[in-house]
This record gives sequence, structure tokens and C-alpha cells, in this order.
Amino acid sequence: MAGLGKVYQNGEIIVRQGETGNCMYVVQDGQVEAVDQSDDRDVVLRTLGRNDFFGEMALFEKDMRTVTIRAVGTARVLTIDRKQFLRGIHEDPSLAMRVIKTMSHRISDLTGKLGKYEQTGPADRP
Amino acid sequence: MRGIRRRAASGWTDLARPDGHSLQDGSRIAVIGGGPAGSMFSYFLLNMAESIDLDLNIDIYEPRHFRHRGPAGCNHCGGIVSESLLQRLATEGIHLPSHVVQRGMESYTLHMDVGTVQLSAPGLEKRIAAVYRGNGPRESEPTELISFDGYLQQMAGERGARLIHRMATGLERTADHVTIRCADGHSDTYELAVVATGINSHFVDLLCGPMVPIRRPEKTTTFICEFHLGRPLIEEILGDSMHVFLLDIPGLEFAALIPKGDFVTLCMLGDEIDDALIEHFFAAEEFRQCFPGGVVPPRACHCLPRINVSTARYPFDDRIVLIGDSGTTRLFKDGLGAAYRTAKAAARTVAFHGVSARDFEQYYWPLCRAIDVDNRIGKFVFSVSGLIQKMRFTRRAVFRMTATEQAGDSARKRMSEVLWDIFSGSAPYREILGRTLHPVYIGSLLWNLVAGNLQPPRQQAPRAESRGH
Ligand SMILES: Cc1cc2nc3c(=O)[nH]c(=O)nc-3n(C[C@H](O)[C@H](O)[C@H](O)COP(=O)(O)OP(=O)(O)OC[C@H]3O[C@@H](n4cnc5c(N)ncnc54)[C@H](O)[C@@H]3O)c2cc1C
Repeated sequence: MAGLGKVYQNGEIIVRQGETGNCMYVVQDGQVEAVDQSDDRDVVLRTLGRNDFFGEMALFEKDMRTVTIRAVGTARVLTIDRKQFLRGIHEDPSLAMRVIKTMSHRISDLTGKLGKYEQTGPADRP
Repeated sequence: MRGIRRRAASGWTDLARPDGHSLQDGSRIAVIGGGPAGSMFSYFLLNMAESIDLDLNIDIYEPRHFRHRGPAGCNHCGGIVSESLLQRLATEGIHLPSHVVQRGMESYTLHMDVGTVQLSAPGLEKRIAAVYRGNGPRESEPTELISFDGYLQQMAGERGARLIHRMATGLERTADHVTIRCADGHSDTYELAVVATGINSHFVDLLCGPMVPIRRPEKTTTFICEFHLGRPLIEEILGDSMHVFLLDIPGLEFAALIPKGDFVTLCMLGDEIDDALIEHFFAAEEFRQCFPGGVVPPRACHCLPRINVSTARYPFDDRIVLIGDSGTTRLFKDGLGAAYRTAKAAARTVAFHGVSARDFEQYYWPLCRAIDVDNRIGKFVFSVSGLIQKMRFTRRAVFRMTATEQAGDSARKRMSEVLWDIFSGSAPYREILGRTLHPVYIGSLLWNLVAGNLQPPRQQAPRAESRGH
């Protein structure tokens, strides 16, 4: 019995907010959490489990990571290289479908949260 | 392409009936062969059909039971799932669970007569999977492991494909249908036949007649065997590394030791591998030194399967498409990746365009042709690497350049990247060739040619061992 990717221990940072990235990740086993560290405190935005992606924005533009991702318990994570991904969608554009769907869910999720935030103010931040 | 159009004018149009060449609700498809190509085709086609509200019925004909141990349940192969295939599957949402992956691999260890050097994956991540294609070698203990082929077949089944445990022995085609026959008298009619029988089956020969003028891919003989070493010993002597041998043995293109659970798989690829070549390799010191006391253990299981060295001409006709090894594959590398790519391209064609030869020519053939053209470049790459293998002074240069790169912390490790991509099959040969033509690569190789052959050899790096001259 063997696993793929890299193992991260509880609390270990996989992606750091503000760093530039050129790959996306897929959780193979365990859980990770997306944390906003832009203010002084950590705000956990969401928890991701097996087969979930993160860091997908870096596939489309070489931009800074917008959140920190860290392991919750022991997590195993596989890297998807930007080059491999782009080579893949060049040959088969449907390969990007799942990534695009995930991004669109995240946008609608964030839009919902933003709407709530605007109504209730910062005290009820997620 | 002009040739293919001419043939279309004479052959395909006879059968072409534009309205009858797309699948409808309830259409039936026969997939002959439930190896990786057949299962992935079924899985992707059923997914695509669902996305456009199309209700299809797929029957997969496969006589093998992948739960059997030994050759009867195995589709004979090294069992390496390349980095590029793993990443594509993960992007598709296909997760290879740990009971399918026998070992995650984080490096290659290159063995040459001039030394041994390890090439590590970035961040020592396990980016390559070693799997079994069946339920393990003949003498292995019964386990709960699931083979790669069994897992994909299960995925296709869960999506709705029906498995028929029979060997197809006949195919007849009319303008509207294809009939599949089996030795026991079973027969059934379909709108499309997908041939995924690999290169080791005679089924494709049935298609090579005047009725369906398909020419099968050419093939050559390879060798695979398994050694039982036990998990602890494998950890100690081989680790999570694929051991690759670049030796000056005529006819041998590539040999690799692939550690799995309790077993190690040896794969030899080249030009018609035979007993003499196998003996020659087994006597090589670089190979023997991988085992305790320099003694090669007895073989638990072995076979001489065939591998493609060319593409079928043409891998389709009206209502027939050849995918995976039956159609084309990458030369000596990433056959499973090519099975995935051809299976998905054929599924896209069938779901969104149609099942006529014209549809396959327009939407499926470009991928096969691209693989074929890249293989021609691959042949050139292998002939150059064959030349390097032949001459000791060039082997020294390659070894020195790789070892220096692995010991240093420079971001660009040009020789290591080229070797990694040749071993893993993760990049097209065109790209690998392009990188070897880069002036910095050439300059560095020339410098290492001089330095590696003038300086006395010395210990290069913690992970590299040079051998005496
Ligand atoms: C020595 C060697 C080592 C290799 N190592 C690797 C490697 O490490 N990594 C990699 O990616 N690739 C490797 N390959 C290539 C890889 O094995 C093939 O590319 C891959 O198996 C192709 O999949 P496929 O589904 O097209 O064919 P196959 O895997 O051959 O499957 C064909 C299936 O069709 C079935 N079948 C055949 N005839 C009939 C019939 N008449 N009716 C019904 N069913 C039928 C068979 O039982 C089989 O299950 C290797 C090949 C060789 C020879």
C-alpha cells in the first residue's frame, strides 16, 4: 500500500499567501485548509478533502498565492505542474473543465460570503 | 493526408450514410478489450454522453480476470504510471488509491559503467506510480491489492458499462451495424466497434483485409520478469527509486528495475529482445550490483510481450476505431498515457461528432498522427542516446554533467531534465530534442566531455558514485 505526492504534517504550510506559484495541487488523502492571513489573524475560508484542488489560479497566470494552505492532520498532496497542465489542455481542452467548475463554485461561494459580509459588517466575518 | 483522402474517396464513401453516422439514444457500442484503453474509453464516453443527455449502452468484451495472479490476469508491462498521466488523471478527478499504487516513486537512479547517479523529483515528491496490471506475479501471496486495469475496469462498470467475460473472435460490418462474434457462438450487433485489444492479440488481424483495409502497427519483442525480494530488502537496496540502466549492450535500448510491494519488476526494451541479450544483461556488473552479494535472485514470473514500434494505418474506418496499443502508442514510453489520450480523443469524436471514417479522420487521426510524428523524433533521440551509450568518453560526460547538476543547487538542471523526461516519458520527444539543441546544453556537454575525460574521476556528489576506469 503506497501513496503518491508529498506528505505534510498537521499545520505544515503547503502554499504560503503572497508567494508566487507555478503549480496547482490535488489532495490525495487527508484534509487541508485555506487560510486568509492578510490581516493579523488567520481566517479559515474552507477545508478541502480528497480529490479537491487548490492553487489553480497559478495555472492561468503567474500570480501571487491569495491564501495560505496548510495541512489539517496528516495530508498527502500531489502537484500538477503548470507546464503539464497547459500541454494537456492544448491537446484536450475538456481537461480544464473540472478546474473551471471548481473556480466557478469558489467565485459563487465568495460572492455569497461577500454579500453576507456587506449586509452584516465585519463582526460576522466567516 | 492526401493518401488518406484518396482512400476516403474510394472506400469510406461507399459505406458513408451521413444521417446514420452519429449515435442516438439507445445506441450500442462494443469495446473489444477491457485493458486501460478500453476501460478509459468507456468511462469517458459515458461521462460525455451524460453531459449531453445521450443514453448509450457499452459492452466491454474482456476474457481476462484481473484478480487472477500471474500471466492469466495480467497485461504484461512495467507498470509505471508516468508523472504526466498521473497529473492528467488527477486533473480529471481520477484518484489512484493507495491499494492500487504499489509504490510511489520520487527518483530515478541511473546506472552506467562509469558510475551511478540519482535524479530526484522536485521536493522529493512521489510523482510516479508503480502499479500491477494484474493481481501480482505468479508466486505472490493472495492480497487485497487491486490492479490498475482492474481499477479502471471497475470505474467503467460503475459508470454503466457492461462487462462481458468473453474473447471476441469475429467482426462483421454492414453499412449500419457491426456484429461481434465469440468462440462460444455468442454474437451481438452494435453501432460502433472500438478495438482496444492491445498489440499482443490477433484480433486486429481480422481487420486487415480488403473489407476493412487497416494495417496493424509493427511490433518488437520485449522482456519482463519479477524478482521476489520482500519489502524490507527492497526498501534497503532500491528504495522509492526506479533504477535505469544505460549500458553498451547491442540491441538493448533501455532496461529498468521497478520496485513494487514485495517484488521488483525488470523490463528490457530494445530490438527483438532474445535469450542471448537477456543473458548478456544479467551478466552485467551494473545490474548484478543492485542485488545483495551481486547475485541476481531467481525469477518469480517472466514473459516476452510485444511492444508497438509504429502506428496503425489507419486506426479507424466507418464504425470502427482502434485505440491504445491497437492504434498507436508512444515509442517505448508512457504507453498507458497514450492509451488514455487515444481513448479520450476517440470518445470525444464519438460523443460529439460521429462514428464515420470521416469523423475519425477529422477529430481522432490528428492525435494519432501527432504521436506518430513525435515517435519518429523519438527514434532519432534513441539513436543519439544509443551512440552515447556506445562510447565510454560520452558516457563519462553525461555522468559528470548529471552528477554535477544533482550536487549543485542551480535551478536549471539541463541534462537531468532531459534524462528525467526520457526515462519518465512525461514530455514529447520533440520537446526533449529541442532542449538538447539549446546552446547552453551543448556548451555544457562539450565542457563535460573535456573535463570528464581529462580529469581523474573523483567522488562527485553524495548521490553519485563514479566507478574506476
Ligand atoms: C515490456 C513492456 C513494458 C511496458 N512498460 C510500461 C510502463 O511502465 N508504463 C507504461 O505506461 N506503459 C508501459 N508499456 C506499454 C503498455 O503496456 C501499453 O501501452 C498498454 O498496456 C496499452 O493498453 P491497451 O489497453 O491499449 O492494451 P492492453 O493493455 O494490451 O489491453 C488489451 C486488452 O484486450 C484484451 N483482449 C485482447 N484480445 C481480445 C479479444 N479478442 N477479445 C476481447 N478482449 C481481448 C486483453 O485481454 C487485454 O486486457 C510497456 C509495454 C511493454 C511491452
